[in-house]
Order: sequence, then C-alpha cells, then structure tokens
Amino acid sequence: MDIVILSRLQFATTALYHFLFVPLTLGLSLILLIMECVYVMTGRTIWRDMTKFWGTLFGINFAMGVATGITMEFQFGTNWAYYAHYVGDVFGAPLAIEGLMAFFLESTMVGLFFFGWNRMSKVGHLFVTACVAIGSNLSALWILIANGWMQFPVGAKFNPDTMRMEVADFSAVLFNPVAQAKFVHTVAAGYVTGSMFVLAISALYLLQKRFRPLALRSMTVAASFGLASALCVVVLGDESGYTASANQKMKIAAIEAMWETEPAPASFTLVGIPDLAGKRTDLAVKIPWVLGIITTRSTDTVVPGINDLVKLADQRIRNGLIAYDTLAKLRADRGNAQLRAQLDAHVADLGYALLLKRFRPDIEHATDADIARAAESTIPNVPVLFWSFRLMVACGFWFIALFATAFYFSATRRLDRYRVFLVAALASLPLPWLAAELGWIVAEYGRQPWVIEGVLPTFLGVSGTDAHNVLFSLLGFVVFYSGLAVADVYLMVKYIRLGPDGTLGHPVAAPGMRGEAIA
Amino acid sequence: MSYEILRLIWWALLGILLIGFAVTDGYDLGSAVLSPFVARTDLERRQVLNTIGPFWEGSQVWFILGGGAIFAAWPALYAASFSGFYLAMFAVLASLIFRPLAIVYRSKLANTRWRAWWDGVLFVTGLVPALVFGVAFGNLFLGVPFGFDADLRFHSDITLLSLLHPFPLLVGLVSLTMLLLHGATWLSWKAEGPVGARARSIVPLLAATFVALFVIAGFWLLAFKGYVLTAPLAHDAPSNPTLKHVAQTAAGWFANYLAQPLLWLAPILVVAAAALVVLLRRRPLLAFLTSGLAVAATIATAGFALFPFLLPSSSEPGASLTVWDASSSRLTLEIMLGCVILFLPFVLVYTAWVYRVMRGPVRTEDIADDHGAY
Repeated sequence: MDIVILSRLQFATTALYHFLFVPLTLGLSLILLIMECVYVMTGRTIWRDMTKFWGTLFGINFAMGVATGITMEFQFGTNWAYYAHYVGDVFGAPLAIEGLMAFFLESTMVGLFFFGWNRMSKVGHLFVTACVAIGSNLSALWILIANGWMQFPVGAKFNPDTMRMEVADFSAVLFNPVAQAKFVHTVAAGYVTGSMFVLAISALYLLQKRFRPLALRSMTVAASFGLASALCVVVLGDESGYTASANQKMKIAAIEAMWETEPAPASFTLVGIPDLAGKRTDLAVKIPWVLGIITTRSTDTVVPGINDLVKLADQRIRNGLIAYDTLAKLRADRGNAQLRAQLDAHVADLGYALLLKRFRPDIEHATDADIARAAESTIPNVPVLFWSFRLMVACGFWFIALFATAFYFSATRRLDRYRVFLVAALASLPLPWLAAELGWIVAEYGRQPWVIEGVLPTFLGVSGTDAHNVLFSLLGFVVFYSGLAVADVYLMVKYIRLGPDGTLGHPVAAPGMRGEAIA
Repeated sequence: MSYEILRLIWWALLGILLIGFAVTDGYDLGSAVLSPFVARTDLERRQVLNTIGPFWEGSQVWFILGGGAIFAAWPALYAASFSGFYLAMFAVLASLIFRPLAIVYRSKLANTRWRAWWDGVLFVTGLVPALVFGVAFGNLFLGVPFGFDADLRFHSDITLLSLLHPFPLLVGLVSLTMLLLHGATWLSWKAEGPVGARARSIVPLLAATFVALFVIAGFWLLAFKGYVLTAPLAHDAPSNPTLKHVAQTAAGWFANYLAQPLLWLAPILVVAAAALVVLLRRRPLLAFLTSGLAVAATIATAGFALFPFLLPSSSEPGASLTVWDASSSRLTLEIMLGCVILFLPFVLVYTAWVYRVMRGPVRTEDIADDHGAY
C-alpha cells in the first residue's frame, strides 16, 4: 500500500483516538477543582468525597490520555520525517515548550492528587489539583499553537541554505489569531465533555435512585459549568470561522459547498446535497446574508467560491514554479545575491509548485494540464466537510439547550423530577465526543491537500521508510488500542456501577442535611 | 550569544534531558523489571508499584520533553533517528503506551488473571525500553546507513536486524544492568520490609555486572573505527548536513579523550560510583543518589566520545549529523534556551517538593487499607 495513505491513516486513527481522552481530562480537571474549592471553602466532606470519586474516573481516563499522547509526538518523527525536517524549526518549539511548561506540571502533580490526600493540608491539596487543571489546559494551549501554525503558518520564512522553514518572528507564531481561537474553542469543547460526563452519570444515579446527595450536587456543578462552556464553544467556534476565512478560504468554501462566488454578503447553505463530480450543490436551502456576515463580519466583503479559488491556485502554482527553478539554480551558485532576491520575490508560492510533485517528479517540465490537475487537487472533500460541520454545529446547539434546561432545573431544585430530562441527559453522553471528533475532521481533513497550509503538501511530508513498517505499526496500534479501549471502558463501567460508596469504601452522604438541599 | 555557543549548550541540554530521563524514569523501569524477583506476594507487588506510583508520570515527561527538545533543537536528528530506527522506536512506544496502564489499572480489579496479565506487561514494558535505548546508543558508535538527497529528504537502509550487531547488544545490557542497579537502590530505599531487603541483597551482584559490562564495552570500542571530521567545519554555518567530509579512523572514538584527558573523569566516576553504591547499600538514600550519579556519568562517557557527532552515517559518512550542522536556526535555539532557563528551575523545584511530600518508605500494611493505592 501507498506510504502516504498509510501514514495519513495512522495519524488520523491515533489522533482521533487520543482525542477521546483529552477533552475529558480538560473538563474533569476543572470540575474537580471546582468541587474541591467548595470542599475547602465550606469544609463539607461530601465535596471531598465527590472530588475523590470523580477523581478516580479521571485517573482511569488520564492514564489513557498520557499513553496515547506519546504516539502523537513520536509520529512526527517516525512517519513524517520530511515534515519534521521541513518545519521542525518552527513546529518543534511549541511542542517542547508544552512539555517543559505544562505537561511536566500536570504529570508531576497528578501523582500527588491521588497519593497526597493525607499528607497535605486542605489548601495544599487544592493547590495540587489547581496545578493539574492549569497544566492540562496550558498543554492544550501549546498544542493548539503548533496546530494553529499548520493552519496559518505565520512568523516563518523559507531558508534556501537549510531547505526548510525557519522562525522569523516567534511572537507571531505565539499570538497567531487562528491558534488563539482554536485554543478557546477546543478547551471549551473539553469543558462541555467533562460537564456532560458528570451530568449523564449523575442522571443515571438519579434514575436508579442511588447516591442522591452526590448526584444532585455533581449535576449542579455540571449544569452551570456546562452551560457557560457550551455557550463559549459556539461563540468561539464562530470566531474560528472568522479567523479561518482570512487564510483558509478553500476550507470555508468547502464547508459551505459554495462552488461559485456570490455577491456579498454570501448566503449560508443550511442543508443540501453537495455533488463533488458535478461541482454543484443540489436541493440547497439557503439563508441569505448569514455566511458573509459570519466569515467577514461585514456586508460588503466577498467570500470567494471554490471555482474561483482553483483559478487562484493555478496562478500561484505558476508563480511557485519560478521560485522552484530559482532554488535549483541557487543550489549550484549559493553566493548569488540576485538569485536570492528573485527567490524571495516568489517563495511565498513555492509550496504551490510542490503540489505538482504528486503528478510528476520533474515539475520544472510541468504542462498546463499538470498545473490544472494540481490546482484541482486543492479542493478538499466537500461532502464530508459539509456534513461533519453541520452535525457538529447541531450538537453544539443541543448542548446549549440541554445544559440550560439542567441549569434551570438545578436553580429551581427540580433536577430529579422529570424522568424524560434525566433520560435525555444520559442519552447525550456520547455527543460531546462525536462533536469533538467531527470538529477535528473539519479542521484537519479540511486542510488537505496541505499539511502546512500553502507551504508543504501532505504527501511530501512522509518518511523515506519502508511502507511495510508503517503498515505494521498501524496494525499494531489498531490491535493495542482496541484492547486498551476494552480495558478502559470495562474499568469505567465497573467504577460507575460501584458508585462513590464502593469506590471510596465508605458511604458518601451529607451529614445533617436534608436530601432536598444542595451545598 | 553566538550560534556556536548555542549549539554547544543545546548539545549539553540534550545530555541533561537524557540524564534526567534515565535517572528518574530509570528507577521506574528498573523496579518494574526487578519486581518479579524481589516481590513474591500480591501485596509485595503492589508495594513495588506504590513506591513509583506518585512519581512515574512526572518521570516519563523527561522522555517526552527529550523528544520535544530534539524536535525543536535538532530537527534533522529527530527526523533521522525516529524514522531510521522505526521498529525499535515502535517497540519503545508500545512499551510506553502499555506501561502507564499497567501501573494505574493493575490493582483496580481484584481478579488474579487481570493482575497477572498487567504484572507481565509491567515486566516487559520495563525491559524493552531499558534494552532498546542501550542498543540504539550502541549503534551510534557503529554508525547506521543513511543519507540525504538535494531536498534534504532523509533515506536509510536501516532494518531492525541490522541494528542487532553484538556490540550494540552489549551496550543494551550495559543500559539494562545500569537501570536494574538504579531500580534496586530505589526499592532498597522506598520499600520497607522483605522487598527492600531483597533488593538490597542483589545490589552488589548488579553493580559488579554493570561495571564489568561497561568496561568490556569500553575495550571493545577500541576495535571499531570511530568517525572524525577530516576538514574543520564552520561552527556557525546554516544547518545543512550534506556539505562536509568525514572519515573513519582506528580508535577514533577515543580522540576526544586523548585530546582532553580531563574527560576520563566520567568513566572513572562510573566505576567509582558503582563501587560506592555497594559500600553505601546500608544507607539507602545515599546509595540511591550514588547510583543516579553512575547513570549520569555513563551517559556523559558516551556523549564525550561521540562529540561532535549526533548520528554518524556508515553508508555516506559525509551526511553524518553533527552538533554543527543538524541544529535549528539560531533564533529557535535562543528562544528555546530562554524557555529552559525560565521553566526548568520550576520543574526541579516542584519535583523536589513532590518527593518531599511523599517522603518516607512505603509499607505493605498501608496499601492494604488504602482504597486509592495502586
């Protein structure tokens, strides 16, 4: 099999799998912090027991997150060696800083979270929990700065001597607007996941009429935290769309299945059937103005359609070929200042010329037909993006509705009155994971054919290793990960069934409190 | 700061991160491999696990940070070593995936088959990285077949079998016995009762084996041609590993030691520290710190010999990766150094704090009543 397909399949599989555990870690770490804060402030032991019980489930999940995360870092070297060479100077730094500043903090402190309950003061342990929460969230920040740079490669410059991208302005990489928007959107999605986890399992306990004091309090935390987070996810998802529109116009057009440029402000296609071969969208239901306003924050800026973007890509490929040709001459004559100046003038489109390598190795001899094919190859998979995006957004609005209801019932003390609400909360448990995975599909599959938008095509990033190695490791991961998923789910289900009393080895109750009261 | 100095500092930092990993995660790996031999009952197995329980996650970050630092500071080395040693890396990776779960999941169910399975996993996932890292290091001395094309695309003819030459295998055993010794001093310090006593009783045997293998490897290295730069390489030129000339000369790996006799302190320290561990074995904390010193000195010994080479190429020696032509740009090295200066002291402080909070030995009776224990 083709090494590019195998490497992409391996990255997609392991990344989507890793992200089953990450959002729960992000969300639960903050929920644990909230619960322990209440314990420290009020001294009520039920809040400590809640922290410990949800902490046990957090621990089962955290170990999986750590284990599957190592694969992600290694993979850039094992399967994407040319990528590592070509952008390591820029992309490696946030990954290393993540380890130094965030992952170290989180991992060093998480041991004390579990083992330190009887060895520290209340405030001391709260500090540890806070460090775990801050560490995991900072970790997400650095990873998304790295990922944001893949979407919007700012602050870097191609160096012909080293044949790679190098940092020119690190603060631009750091304060990349795409990274900022993605960070808040992603961690908020994690908070929704953590809240939904707590909400759904508490709903289960209320349906089973077990552990009522713990379930009611947990649900109250989840409802308020979840509502705030769900609102954030949707609002900041919109911000992501706005920032993406600045440089990933093709991704936006593909998500909207917008083939032709419309006069501003463009309409938003609510549903429709995108036809990739015919380059049209059938049965489209359109809402006027909405797309133009969301993506450009104006009524007069044009949102370009796919067909016009392909024409633009055609021009950029031709321009990139000049850069490619100059680079070859420069290699033979490294000191020539005139050639360097010529390269600088065209180097922004060098990546577009590299798209041709998919069709012929000697791209300097590319024909108009080759260039047309390469330009066409900049269109991502429109139907997949179109539907993934809509499903994700639908989930987002459902979360707002569900958490708002939970918040209202919690404020009016009716959380366990309506069975239908509890069943709906329990049934919604898988949805945040679904939404998060769809979000990554939109972000990363929508970036294709680029691994670094406009700079390096994905197919060029792979290693020179034997494809059988990649196939072997892919099969290994599938087998290992399937086995580990079984162990993880088995333990989760077991401890959820055991409930707080069985997990902590003593009944969890609120002494001196009537069942109705909360906190 | 000049590009040359920055590259030197990052070479030293690479060593420090490796040492950080080997000293902290090393005792976890060593303890895991020793567990079947020093812990006989389920409760004793749990005792071993709970000595490393609060610390292993932080220790493992040294490795992850090491990977990240190589990516950021030595991207060519990252690309070449990770894709070149593909299947060896996969074996390490598989170990690092299973090991956390073995530690956390093992005691969460009372089922004996479940526990026996994770005990097996713990043993294998301790053994594999300890061996593979040594084998990989051993291969650095022989060089591995790789090169670059004009686009600096890496290609190699390395296979798993080609890495299994007897010399690297010996270095693998050096690494394993080194970490077993370090694990034994850890258990001797942290595990109270019979487990600690058994670990203490095998310290002399492990120390003697480790030193013997280390010395044999040193003499054997004389038999191999080392790599040397045949023309001086500009220390501040852009990183392009295809523009130099390298030759192999007899006893070339000893060139640095001959030029700079002070470097001999590192191998002498290895032997002295290992001997001291045996003498100090009744004072467990001191013995543990001394075995950590032996680990650090072993890595330094290898690093001094290899300098300035990071990864020598046996098929196209000119394409070997060195400190002077495989680094990131000057700006990236500068930024990353700033981050290290800013954050590494914090890491050391809070790591020390965690060890202080969790001070004292782990007792079997405490584990039996603790619902949160591993």
